[in-house]
Amino acid sequence: MTAAQAPSSYREAIRESIREAMRKDDRVFLMGEDVGRYGGCFAVSKGLLEEFGPERIRDTPMSESAFVGAGIGAALGGMRPIVEIMTVNFSLLALDQIMNNAATFLHMSGGQFNVPVVIRMATGGGRQVAAQHSHSLEGWFAHIPGIRVLAPATLEDARGMLGTALEDPDPVLIFEHAGLYNMKGQLPADAGPVDIERARVRRAGSDVTIITYGAMLWKSLDAAQMLAKKGIQAEVIDLRTLRPLDEATFLESVGRTHRALVVDEGWRSGGISAEICARIQEKAFYELDAPVERICGVEVPTPYPKHLEDASFPQVAAIAAAVEAMVPAHG
Amino acid sequence: MSPPLEVQSAPAVERTHAIECLKQMLRIRRLEERCAELYTAAKIRGFLHLYNGEEAVAVGVVQALGPEDGIVATYREHGHALVRGIPARAIMAELYGKQEGCSRGRGGSMHLFDAKTRFCGGNAIVGGGLPVAVGLALADQMRGKTTVTGCFFGDGAVAEGEFHESLNLATLWRLPVLFVCENNLYAMGTRLDLAQSATDLAKKAAAYGMAAEAVDGMDVFAVEAAAQKALAAIRAGKGPFFLECRTYRFRAHSMYDPELYRAKAEVEEWKKRDPISNLESSLKQQGAILDSDLERLERDIAAEIDDAVAFAEAGTWEPVTDLERFVYSERRPT
Ligand SMILES: Cc1ncc(C[n+]2csc(CCOP(=O)(O)OP(=O)(O)O)c2C)c(N)n1
Ligand SMILES: [Mg+2]
Repeated sequence: MTAAQAPSSYREAIRESIREAMRKDDRVFLMGEDVGRYGGCFAVSKGLLEEFGPERIRDTPMSESAFVGAGIGAALGGMRPIVEIMTVNFSLLALDQIMNNAATFLHMSGGQFNVPVVIRMATGGGRQVAAQHSHSLEGWFAHIPGIRVLAPATLEDARGMLGTALEDPDPVLIFEHAGLYNMKGQLPADAGPVDIERARVRRAGSDVTIITYGAMLWKSLDAAQMLAKKGIQAEVIDLRTLRPLDEATFLESVGRTHRALVVDEGWRSGGISAEICARIQEKAFYELDAPVERICGVEVPTPYPKHLEDASFPQVAAIAAAVEAMVPAHG
Repeated sequence: MSPPLEVQSAPAVERTHAIECLKQMLRIRRLEERCAELYTAAKIRGFLHLYNGEEAVAVGVVQALGPEDGIVATYREHGHALVRGIPARAIMAELYGKQEGCSRGRGGSMHLFDAKTRFCGGNAIVGGGLPVAVGLALADQMRGKTTVTGCFFGDGAVAEGEFHESLNLATLWRLPVLFVCENNLYAMGTRLDLAQSATDLAKKAAAYGMAAEAVDGMDVFAVEAAAQKALAAIRAGKGPFFLECRTYRFRAHSMYDPELYRAKAEVEEWKKRDPISNLESSLKQQGAILDSDLERLERDIAAEIDDAVAFAEAGTWEPVTDLERFVYSERRPT
């Protein structure tokens, strides 16, 4: 066993979590398109084939439904598969397996057949890859009872969520934002599993609560920094888990700040942002000093040109401006 | 219509085994006849798909499977479940939606599950079970087991992408799957030749590089022999096997189907090949079974079904306070 090198990027953090899981438990294996010889379309699994061999780092044909379903079946058969779907855009071809099988078997069987499968995929836009390759559909998946939906935004979560997900008896989907793979940072060499139940306050503040997840966490934190210069203290909450939603954490925060802004890269109508707004008005209505606001992806198929693409996603300046409009002038 | 059958004739079968096959087919037939009555009586609700006419397929294949083998079936799976050993009581209670049912009543007719017999469900998405069967077989292969997954589906599933993805993947990885296509010539009201550009389904499967064979699905011994041969090949490590069983459903697709799409004469023609009455008369002709034996068999089966219905009637409804159970596992890591 080679000495573990502390991962220094989001990509390496995920790779390290896969490596650790595979070393620890021989029921764990990785399968998906180009995960082996190619090294993963985002180079996440690079080098793992050499260490674990083609049985456990399994290249699949481009058959999303078949290999996602095979992951479900293998989980029923006693294995602990990690299924990689290249990106969320292609998960649509496996929706039947995820929604009709993974999410239902435990229930339809009256508790007899749980499905301990982990399905990872890249999500999100911002790389000028146009309408068919820029979706943020994790909010859709969060609509489905029976699965867990995770969205690691930090190196720590990229490193730690997979291990916990593999211990879970039920299907877990992990959405890795494609724009974060290159994100650098330092993790302790002994970084390990993290909880997958709770949201985290990533920045404390007293004037407004920004609720977000994934790549939008970083834009929200940048906006919070800008706002701080203007005397506005924004609390920033990273949801981390979109299903089940840890509402206690954001409701508690809103109870202190009395204002909430939801920032979501996904589309507005019927999105996870709508769900969060609804929970706040259902459960913290009398705490609010202002209407809950949202900044979401503009409802358009993502355009290719940079200026239009930028305009279609939440940006730092817009987040800061929205907060300023919500918070009374600071003197 | 499908091309003429080229099937091997049924092998010589030992008398007690022949009677056992007859008994199993009769259990299915009588159970489902009762189901139809109970549906009319509004005891069973929702979708109900009956298997009348196709019993030889489930009996022939399931009997050939070993106790450790897995099964993935469709919504037309009462027969498979019964032959597999799920008690008639548990099946009937499930159809009633009672918590004594094999899926606690949560699945109903289309979703019979039983962990004890590795019966991994009736799946009601056409083609949806095939990838799961491939995965079960993958787990068995990776764990060094010699078990096989029997995967049942209809001719309609052949038109789905999941069918082709699954056959390819199973062959590519030489997985121990017995694909059993129950070709009853119709997908709801769509006749095979109106859905498939080429109607020889075994040939289609063979194109993926797997062993494939068509068999007379109205002959339980032919099905059983073909399944045994296929299973031996799979267990010898030769990869998946595709068994097309040419059969026919005597009743409607489901209880809602007025059968506008086929002629009564066609159904009557196929009824002449009824796997049950044909086996009965051949056994009688050979003197292998007497009228009195048959009467006793029918009495025993009727008693089993009466008992199952009484059990379902006496069954209890799961309390509504339990509604949200089994969405996530109750035992979680600490
Ligand atoms: C993906 C999908 N499409 C449509 C249906 C509706 N449907 C239920 S059964 C059926 C016909 C299936 O025919 P076949 O596979 O031949 O099985 P059979 O009913 O003849 O046993 C259809 C269209 C479905 N359940 N799933
Ligand atoms: Mg059919």
